[in-house]
Formats: sequence, C-alpha cells, structure tokens
Amino acid sequence: MEELSALELRDQIAAGKISSVEATKAVFERIRKFEPVIGAYISTHEDRALEFAADVDRRIAAGEKMGQLAGVPVAIKDNMCTTFGATTCASKILENFHAPYNATVVEKLLAADAVIIGKANMDEFAMGSSTENSGLKQTVNPWDTTRVPGGSSGGATAAVAGRLCFAALGSDTGGSIRQPASFCGVVGLKPTYGRVSRYGLVAYGSSLDQIGPITRNVADTALLLNVIAGHDPADSTSVDETKAPVSVYLQNLDKPIDGLRIAIVPQFNAGAEEQVQKALNEAISVYKNLGAEIIEIEMPHLDYAIAAYYVIATAEASSNLARYDGVHYGHRTENPRDYVEVYTKSRAEAFGQEVKRRIMLGTYALSSGYYDAYYLKALKVRNLIRGDFTAAFEKCDCVMMPVAPTTAFKIGEKVNDPLQMYLSDIYTISANLAGIPGISIPCGMDDKGLPIGLQIMVPAFVEEKLLRIARMFEAQTDWHMKKPPMNEK
Amino acid sequence: MARRIDQQQVRKVAKLSRLDLTDHELEEFTSQLGAILEYVEKMNKLNTDNVEPLAHCLPVSNVFREDCVKESIGTERALANAPERDESFFKVPKILDDGSGA
Amino acid sequence: MADLKYKVIVGLEIHVQLCTKSKMFCGCAVEFGAEPNSRVCPVCLGMPGVLPVMNKQAFEYAVMVGLALNCRIPMFTKWDRKSYYYPDLPKNYQISQYDLPLSENGYIEIPLESSQTKRIGIIRAHLEEDAGKNLHATGNFSQVDLNRTGTPLLEIVTEPDMNSGAEVRALAVELQRMVRFLGVSEADMQKGHMRFEPNINLIITRGDGEFRTPITEIKNLNSFRALERSVNYEAQRQLDEFIETGIVMEMGNKTTRGWDDEKEVTVLQREKEEAHDYRYFPDPDLVPVELTQQWLDEIKSRLCELPLKKQMRYVQEYCLSDYDAGVLTADRSTADFFDEAVKAGGEPKRLCNLITQTGLKITKEKNCSINDLSVTPQSLADLAKMVEDSIISAGSAATIFEAMVETGKEPDVLAQELNLIQKSDAGELEKIVDTVLMENPQAVEDVTSGGKKEKKAMGFLLGQVMQKTKGQANPKVVSEILAKKLG
Ligand SMILES: [Mg+2]
Ligand SMILES: [Zn+2]
Repeated sequence: MEELSALELRDQIAAGKISSVEATKAVFERIRKFEPVIGAYISTHEDRALEFAADVDRRIAAGEKMGQLAGVPVAIKDNMCTTFGATTCASKILENFHAPYNATVVEKLLAADAVIIGKANMDEFAMGSSTENSGLKQTVNPWDTTRVPGGSSGGATAAVAGRLCFAALGSDTGGSIRQPASFCGVVGLKPTYGRVSRYGLVAYGSSLDQIGPITRNVADTALLLNVIAGHDPADSTSVDETKAPVSVYLQNLDKPIDGLRIAIVPQFNAGAEEQVQKALNEAISVYKNLGAEIIEIEMPHLDYAIAAYYVIATAEASSNLARYDGVHYGHRTENPRDYVEVYTKSRAEAFGQEVKRRIMLGTYALSSGYYDAYYLKALKVRNLIRGDFTAAFEKCDCVMMPVAPTTAFKIGEKVNDPLQMYLSDIYTISANLAGIPGISIPCGMDDKGLPIGLQIMVPAFVEEKLLRIARMFEAQTDWHMKKPPMNEK
Repeated sequence: MARRIDQQQVRKVAKLSRLDLTDHELEEFTSQLGAILEYVEKMNKLNTDNVEPLAHCLPVSNVFREDCVKESIGTERALANAPERDESFFKVPKILDDGSGA
Repeated sequence: MADLKYKVIVGLEIHVQLCTKSKMFCGCAVEFGAEPNSRVCPVCLGMPGVLPVMNKQAFEYAVMVGLALNCRIPMFTKWDRKSYYYPDLPKNYQISQYDLPLSENGYIEIPLESSQTKRIGIIRAHLEEDAGKNLHATGNFSQVDLNRTGTPLLEIVTEPDMNSGAEVRALAVELQRMVRFLGVSEADMQKGHMRFEPNINLIITRGDGEFRTPITEIKNLNSFRALERSVNYEAQRQLDEFIETGIVMEMGNKTTRGWDDEKEVTVLQREKEEAHDYRYFPDPDLVPVELTQQWLDEIKSRLCELPLKKQMRYVQEYCLSDYDAGVLTADRSTADFFDEAVKAGGEPKRLCNLITQTGLKITKEKNCSINDLSVTPQSLADLAKMVEDSIISAGSAATIFEAMVETGKEPDVLAQELNLIQKSDAGELEKIVDTVLMENPQAVEDVTSGGKKEKKAMGFLLGQVMQKTKGQANPKVVSEILAKKLG
C-alpha cells in the first residue's frame, strides 16, 4: 500500500478498497520502524489522525461528498500553525508554543479531508539548506543516512521519500522545497508568490516565503496544489483569483505542450558538479526528443542572486523574528535581572547559531548608515534579476537548470562555513526573488546512488503549464519510481 | 582588504537585535559576518543607478478589509502561551525606562 | 541681564485615535475599559504566522483629516515597519509610515485671543498602529495589556510654529474640535484618544548674540491644562537653565521629560540605553495604497464645513459674538442643529440665545446631544419666530423650549396650553390701562407733571398693566397706549 501515490490512495479509499484507517495505521507502522533512523518528524499525532481517518471512512460509507484528499495521510512542515500539538519551527524558543489558530493551508487540508499525521522537522525558522539547523532533532537522508536531506523542508521531503506519509507541505524561501526534494528524489513545487496563502506560515522572509507540495510524482503535486491554492482574505499578498485563476491542475496534466521552447543558461549551469550537469543535459535531450526547442540564453544577473537574497531575506527575518522575546509566548529565561534581559537572554538561550547569524546580518543591513549600501542595493539587484526572467520568458516557455550544484552532502560537511552553505542555494534563490514558480523533479542519480533533481521555472501564475512540462518528462522516465533503500535501526 | 565589520559594530548590532553574545560568539560572528558581507558586496559590481528597488514582486495594491468587528479569542486563550501572567495580564519585570516609540 | 529677550519655539507631535469599530489590521473591537487582554486575536497578539489586513475605514478617516489639514495627499502610499523592543509592542515593530506618508505639507488655522487666527504648518500626518499598555503595578513587575494594540492612530507632526503654551493649547483644542466635527475620532483626552508631545526650545537674544537652548520633548500629558502648563513651565526652566549654565543646543542632545501633574513640573526621563535606530523598511506583508482621483473626490465629499470656518462665518454673517459662535461650534451636532434651524427660517441671534442659554443647559443636565432632545430644528425655528413676531415674550420662549423637550409638543400648541401668548389687542389692553390709570393717580400725576419721577412712574404703570395681564400683555403695545394717554 505504501507504494500508492496520494492520488491512487485517495481513489482506492473512495472506492472502498482501502480504508483511511488502514492507510493511516500502515503509515504509523512505518513511522515506528523507520522514524528512529530518519528523524523526519518533530511531532506525530496518531490518535488524532486515526480519529480523523475513522470519521472520513464513516462519511464515505454514508455516501457524503468528500474532499479532494479524503483519507490520505499527509505531513506538514512544522512552521505551519495548527491548533493541535505544538508549532515549533524546530526552535527551542517555540518548543512549547501551541497556536490558537490553524494556518489557512491547514484549514484547506482539513476541508479536503486529508489526514494530517504529523509535523515535519526543518531548519530552525526555515533558515538553512540541510535541516542540520533544527534546534530540536536531526533528520537524515533516506538514500544515505550519513547525508543531509537538504533543507529547510528536509523533514517533509525525507518523510515523503521514506514513505512515512503520502504527501507533504513544505515552504520555500530560497529553495527550501526544491533543494531537499532534489536531495531526496521527490517532486517539490514552489508556487508563484501570492498563489498560496501564507496566513499561519511562520514567517522567515515574508516577500519570498511560499508554501508548496512535496510529493512522489507530478500528479500528486497537481492535486495538492489544487487543494491549497487560491485567494485568502487574511493574506494581503495572496492574489485575487479573478486576476490569476486557479485551474484544475490535474485536468490537462497529461497533455504535452506543443512547440515547447526551453531556455538554458549554459554559463550559469557550469557551476554545478559534472554529474549534475550530465543529468541536466540528459533531461534536456528527453525534451528534445519530444520535439522541444532548446534555446541558450544569458541571464547576467543570476550570479548576484545569493548576495541579494541573503540581504533581503535576513533583513525581513530580523524583523519577523523580533517577536520571539519571551514576553507573550515562547521560551523565557529564568530569573531575568530586568525586562531587557527577558529579551536578550531568552533569545540568546533559545535561538540557534544560524538564526542568530541571520538576525544579526539582517539587522546590520537595515541599520542606519548601512541601509542604502546593503538593503536598498539588494532590492535593486532583485529588480535586475526579475528583469532577466522577464526577458527570458519573451523567448521561451520555461527555463531549466539544476536544483542544486551537488547531490546530498555529508552531515556536518558545511556546518562550519555558513557562506559555503549559502552558495548551495545558487540555482533556487532567483525564483523566489522573481516571485515565479519553480519545480524540482527527479531526473537522475549520481555514482553514489544519490538522486539529482531537474528544476523548471515558468512565468508567474502559469503553474498549469509548469506541471504539464514536468509531467512530459516524468511520463518518459522512471526516476520518480526509484525508492531509497530503507533500513531499520 | 579592510575589515567589513569589527567587534564593536557586531556588539552594537547584537544589542539592536536583543541578543546576548558570548565572547566566543562575538569573535565568530565578526569573522563570519565579515566574510558574508564581503561576498554580498559583489553587488557593487552592478550599476543600479537607474534601477527601481523591488521590495515586492506582486503587482497588487489596495487590499483592504471592511471595518467589521470579529470575535476576539478571549483572555484565557490569549494568555495560554504566556511564560508568566498576573491575573489577566502578561507579566514582565518592572519597566523603569520609557522605551515606547509610537 | 536686562537686555535678554527670548522666544519660545514649540512643535507638536500628536497621536489621534481614530474611531473605527475594529482595529487597524484585525477584526478585534476597539473598546476602552474592557477586561485586560480580552479584545485580542492572534494578529494583534503578534503570534507566529499572522498577517495584517488594512482597515479601509481607518485609511479613509486618515485621508479626511489630511484633507482638513490642507495637506497634499499623494496618490501612492505604503506601510513600513518601525523596529523597537517594548513589552506593549508584541511584534517588536510597529506598522507605520516612513518615507511616503499619506499626507504632507499642510496647515491648520488656530483661533487666538481677540478673534485673530494663526496658521500653523503641518509637516505630515500618517497612519500607524497603537501599542498596548504597560501598567506599572506595585511590586517588582509590570503588567501588559494588549487590548489597545493595533488601534488605528493618526500621527500628526506640526512645524515648530507655536510660541506659547496658550497657542499650543489653542491648537490642541482646535484639532480636537476638528476631528470630532469630521466624525473620525472621539478625541477624548481622558481615554487617551489624543496624545500630545510638544518639542520645545528657546531662541534667546542677548547682548553677546543669539542662542538656542536644547530641545526637550514632553511626555505624559493627558489634559489641555497640563499641555499648556508644561510648555510654560518648560520654557521658564530652559531659560533658567540657560542663564545658569549657558547650555545651548549644539552642546546637548534632545532630552525627554515627563510632566508631573501634581507637582506641575517636568522631570527628566530615563533614556533608553542606546540611541534609537528604528530600521524602517517596507512591510512585506502589506501592499501599497494607490488612490484614484475618483476615490479621493469621494472622500473629499464626506468633509464638512470645519468648525473654525463656521465659527467665523457665524460672527460675520449673523453678527453673533465670538464667544457665542464658539459655543455653537464646539461640537458638530450643535452646529448642525443651529444651521438647520437657521435654514428653517429662525432668526440666528434668537436661535443662538435659545440654544446656548436653554438648549445646552438641558443637554448638559441630561448628558446628551441636542439631537436627542426630540425637538426638531424646524420646531425651534418656529419658536424663535413666535418671539420675533411678539406672539410670546423672550422669557416665555425658554419656558416653552423646556416644555417642548418634556412633551415633544409643538411650540404654538404649548404657548396656548401654558397660556403664554402675549395680548396685543389694543382695544382690550386699553381697558386695562384705563383701570390702572384710575387706580394710580399719584403715578399719573408724576408722569404728566414731568420731572425726575416721570420715568420711574411710567415703569410702575407698565408693571401694573403686566401684573394685571399676568405677564401676557405685549409690553411694546402697552407702552404705546400709555404714551398716547399720558402724552
Ligand atoms: Mg509614531
Ligand atoms: Zn486582533
């Protein structure tokens, strides 16, 4: 059963072939076996999930009209607020925080009758590219347990890859869905900024953050996107559907795009490892064989994406994370001398090093005397990067590039050199800066048997086309069918 | 090459960020932030004289809500996560200075 | 020191709470005096993951004030975050406006003594969210109440154009009257709806040159009286300090002083540890506001004649005293009522007397607005006309007005019922006059013989007639008859 896709499982549950309770029990059986090795979850909610699943089964039996994910066990990254359990962001500062409300995407999952089984590990406050920055636990890559799952949605991608859920939601600020999806050999989509409500997503870089699906194949991503996309009056930055309609993404998924024009940026891609480049080129030739036209272009400003990103994201983060101060919720230091120490000590004690570093960097970039040189400059560079994409999309339907310059790296390999860690986001960051959607789909393996992802980017709000392009590749290959070798402890 | 940021500046930023740093952290952050800033300054190679800053990719303006009252969550739920409370209030050590800035 | 002269320079920063039903970025009720932390939700508590959505009414109210302050209203405005840590500010940043406020470069006219006005420049007015309240309870801790957090506030910054405590007070009072007229704020000082922070210094000229004293900002002012007195106190204090120490602006930083309402002195406040660095940047959770001309015109159409202008018009057009015109324009409902009654044909001066002497006495007793008295402007105009037409006496008009409030009946009906209609029938009155003349030969003698007793005797006879008619005779007609008979 665990090899069924989310879509297949849903259909089987709907047809009465499998019950949601059975599926949920099976998932928890696997969690009991493999979670001690993988460490994908910060919290699981078995009783709640089984109760919910039983209710779904009962309603299906009663012939009720069910939601699009009826009975399917899913996971969510632990930076989405839920009224059940804690919402920790993998931070000690929120370890015991119980949100009094559900994120809009959680409400949408519940309305779709999805069974939320647990909350996945991540880099603390989504700051990181390996999930090693979690303040609460370590997650490993199911393909090689000595390696990182990628990050920051590493728990969610490891859970999907390890069949510890049927699908998951992650969040992507600079590649945090796509890069771990690539490292774990699953599909990960960052939708257009404004496509999915951020209400209830604990903010990291507010102008960049976007929630998206992590699944085993493109169809499941299409299904999940349909569930979570759409306008939310609680999020001023979520886009009105009259301006950007949400289509039924599954409907035309198997229809290939005629006369597909793909742009590649050879100079930029040259920065990736040889095996990654090779997988990319092979993927491109699959499209070529399907009749696609390949155009080589230059995008001269992409080289500056990391620089701009680390200023903008950290500036926003320094402000977004100011609220964690030990006054109204979250960790408070013991015996503070005065109220200022409540701030300085609580934050010092409960934030991890990377979070502190980014808060410091962002504070500096916004502080008087440095604002123009760093923050304002970064916003201008951001505009240039968006301009590169606008120009590119005049010539092509999509841009393809690697997701990450390497495959999953060793645990501990980059933790002491933050800049090296930042550089691993080179291919994913620009989609966030430009606000456009990007997907990572499995497209190969390196000689160590580690998955490699293909990244496809399209203009804002054309997710339907993006998914069809991704599906064209998937239909020709079986990389997405590969399973990590899982061992019990 | 001139140091991008020195310990005194890092100390000042830590204070603005309300973070108590250990001496070790102070030293480490000074060198790490220095390296990151040096990398970030590659942006200066780009001429952005005639480029508008882009704070947001959304072509959206005028998002409002009507002036309607919605039910509040109530005192108990508001205070449920409070590290310390005093009756219906959040409780903090005595505030002596005036740090308000409204 | 005899040649020392000085000028007080004051600019004001004013926070006005707008009277929306809900908060600026969430649906919590704006309510004074509710149980602590009961008017809160995840948004105004600044909980992880929440997002703000702008209250349209708050924005439009703010634009109305900007227009009333003769400001330029830019067609594009946006929201910024202002960072500082304080327990009453749960996000530790305030959503405010920095470089692109919704209004700028305006002015307000303030009334001075002797019906003069003075123009005070307005640098800008912008919208922001209010913080909560820190309460400093007994013991070694403080309490935090976030009910007020997120209430829409309009921050108005004036040019340093005021030169005395009296002028500062006049501006404050005028602004209060204005925002109440516009209906955008209750502007209740006691509830903290208006908060004033004057910035004060002196320009001192002495034989050896011109000197500027360091600027001080005064906080904790919760009445107009405190505002005026604190400015005057601070001016004197700065003068004394300058004479004693010679300290000038270039030597000292701006300091903050709190007003001690009991001792009536300003006290130096403990400063925050580091200098302010608010790290303003555009709030990524909110989108900009782009006004259209149509929308702006629509907001403009909601403005009314502003109180000072109205007051001056009453003086010029209706020859009311400045004082009376001020009383009528102290609040919108009274002024509107008066305008309606004038439109209904009432004589302005007569109406003014009725409203200010009788109407406002009743509303004060009943603690209500003049609209709540169940007397329409038309009825009051009818009443005024009855006095004008000598149907009733001015004194009876007050009685009838009170009865109108009690019974809701029309003035003519009440005049009949209360038997207050004046007798003007010359024939009937002549008979009464004849009787009085017969009964009072001495007085008649005093009048006809002329001399110093004439005037008094005439008054006596008139009084006798009024007494016989129980005050219902028209005194003008009686005087005429008396003059004819004794002339
Ligand atoms: Mg302010
Ligand atoms: Zn609220």
